[in-house]
Amino acid sequence: MRELITELTYLVAAVLFILGLRSLTRPDKARQGMQFAAVGMLFAVCGTLIHHDIVDYRWIAGGLVLGALIGYPLGMWVPTTALPQRIAISLSFGALASVLVGVSEYYTAFHGGREPLESFRMAALGFEVLLGTLTVFGALIAFGKLQEILPGRPLTFPGQNVANGVMLVVAFVLLVLVVLDPSRTSAFYSMIALAALLGVLMVIPIGGADMPVVVALLNSYCGLAAAATGFALGNSILIISGSLDGASGFLLSILMSKAMNRSFSNVLFGAFGGGGPAAAVGVGTTLPVRSISAEDAAIQLAYASRVIIVPGYGMAVAQAQHQVRELAELIEKRGGEVKYAIHPVAGRMPGHMNVLLAEANVPYDKLYDMDEINGEFPQTDVALVIGANDVVNPAAREDKSSPIYGMPILDVDRAKTVIVLKRGMAAGFAGIENMLFHAPATSMLFGDAKASLSKLVTEVKAA
Amino acid sequence: MLILELYIFVLAAFVGYMVISRVPPLLHTPLMSATNAISGISLVGSLVAAGSQRSMVATILGFIAVVAATSNIVGGFLITDRMLKMFRRDEPKAKPPESK
Repeated sequence: MRELITELTYLVAAVLFILGLRSLTRPDKARQGMQFAAVGMLFAVCGTLIHHDIVDYRWIAGGLVLGALIGYPLGMWVPTTALPQRIAISLSFGALASVLVGVSEYYTAFHGGREPLESFRMAALGFEVLLGTLTVFGALIAFGKLQEILPGRPLTFPGQNVANGVMLVVAFVLLVLVVLDPSRTSAFYSMIALAALLGVLMVIPIGGADMPVVVALLNSYCGLAAAATGFALGNSILIISGSLDGASGFLLSILMSKAMNRSFSNVLFGAFGGGGPAAAVGVGTTLPVRSISAEDAAIQLAYASRVIIVPGYGMAVAQAQHQVRELAELIEKRGGEVKYAIHPVAGRMPGHMNVLLAEANVPYDKLYDMDEINGEFPQTDVALVIGANDVVNPAAREDKSSPIYGMPILDVDRAKTVIVLKRGMAAGFAGIENMLFHAPATSMLFGDAKASLSKLVTEVKAA
Repeated sequence: MLILELYIFVLAAFVGYMVISRVPPLLHTPLMSATNAISGISLVGSLVAAGSQRSMVATILGFIAVVAATSNIVGGFLITDRMLKMFRRDEPKAKPPESK
């Protein structure tokens, strides 16, 4: 009877989770849907608490309270600009929970466990612990890079891919050994150590702008590890939630890779913009650059009737989203029309720019995806590029020799005039010269994005 | 039993793929934090590990897992809600965003 109740709460939770995710297809319904999903979670937890194996509630109560105390600030106090690293660290936590449950199950099997580990269960456990550990450490490195504790640029050493490949193979061999004979405890724990090292080494060579793919991929791994836990414990809700999570991360990583015109393997093993080619480009050539003052830029904006704002990672760094909204409102008040063009990989995680602008109170129906807005650039008076570089580089469309050739870009260069807010003439993440900055229709407004925008706001008010 | 679990896994992945492929890029960040919160469901495994008094090691590991999973659930659902609250349409008489 008890078991039936538990299974029923799991069923309710599964339905509410799927409905919650479905609600995310509509911004106006999403909030309510996710609140229902949270209720589903509560059902599943209560259903588990009556499990007949649970005899002692002291550690559970302590864990729940401590977890809630850690979770609350992670949910309520983290600023939106820190969201990418917030997501990375929570992926690490999620995978950690899976790993520990797996290790605990394994340990118990040899210390007073009632049932021996049959091969299938051992395979699921091993897979869970292997993938989970890799995710824990990979996500920690991603967190370090996003939080800028670690350098964001790719860290590479010769023979890296070979070394990683060998380690992965060895880890799998250990997994097979443990499955064949679960009592090989040293193989099990060596596999964990190797997976930890592998997680670190796989993410270390990946640079900042590739983070959206990495974060999405780790999300997928985290889900798969949870699903494997479900197989190991014979728990259906774990399998369902894990596969939902895995599918979501997988889909997002495909979308992100596509938006960069690169394959998975290229992101993971390519270490883009790392070595020689980056240094070779643009050196020794001085191309003309037209710099503009804030006053002149403000006049262009004040009298423009169609403006498209193109935000990039630079806007996030300068935390300039509020100034952007203020400027847009001023232009609108003067009768101009303002739209926002969002590239899928702008920023450090999927949807990064959308959240920042939503936080600054920009209505979401003014945010346009790349495909929706690209046709409108030729009719645009001013395209205002704020801290974006590679995603507006026309070389991706025209220059077959460019490393980013074929990547879909925002056709900013087709606008009548372009104003680029940028700190200096440094090349973008990919280390590629951007001809947009040297085009005759482009003027550059140098300086910190936030300061420049504040000046523009003042000047547009005066114009 | 195994084949049943495989059915569940494959069908859920399929449903997940179908549902999530329709989520607009606008909400990709909330999607990530939402799936993150949902993956905190590994709490149900952790609870059993922490509460079944099998051995001290298993209990401690389970306890840490409960802490990690709970913080993901609490933090994940809260931050998703906080983000989704910020997305608003442009209406002529736009109400100021509710702040409690």
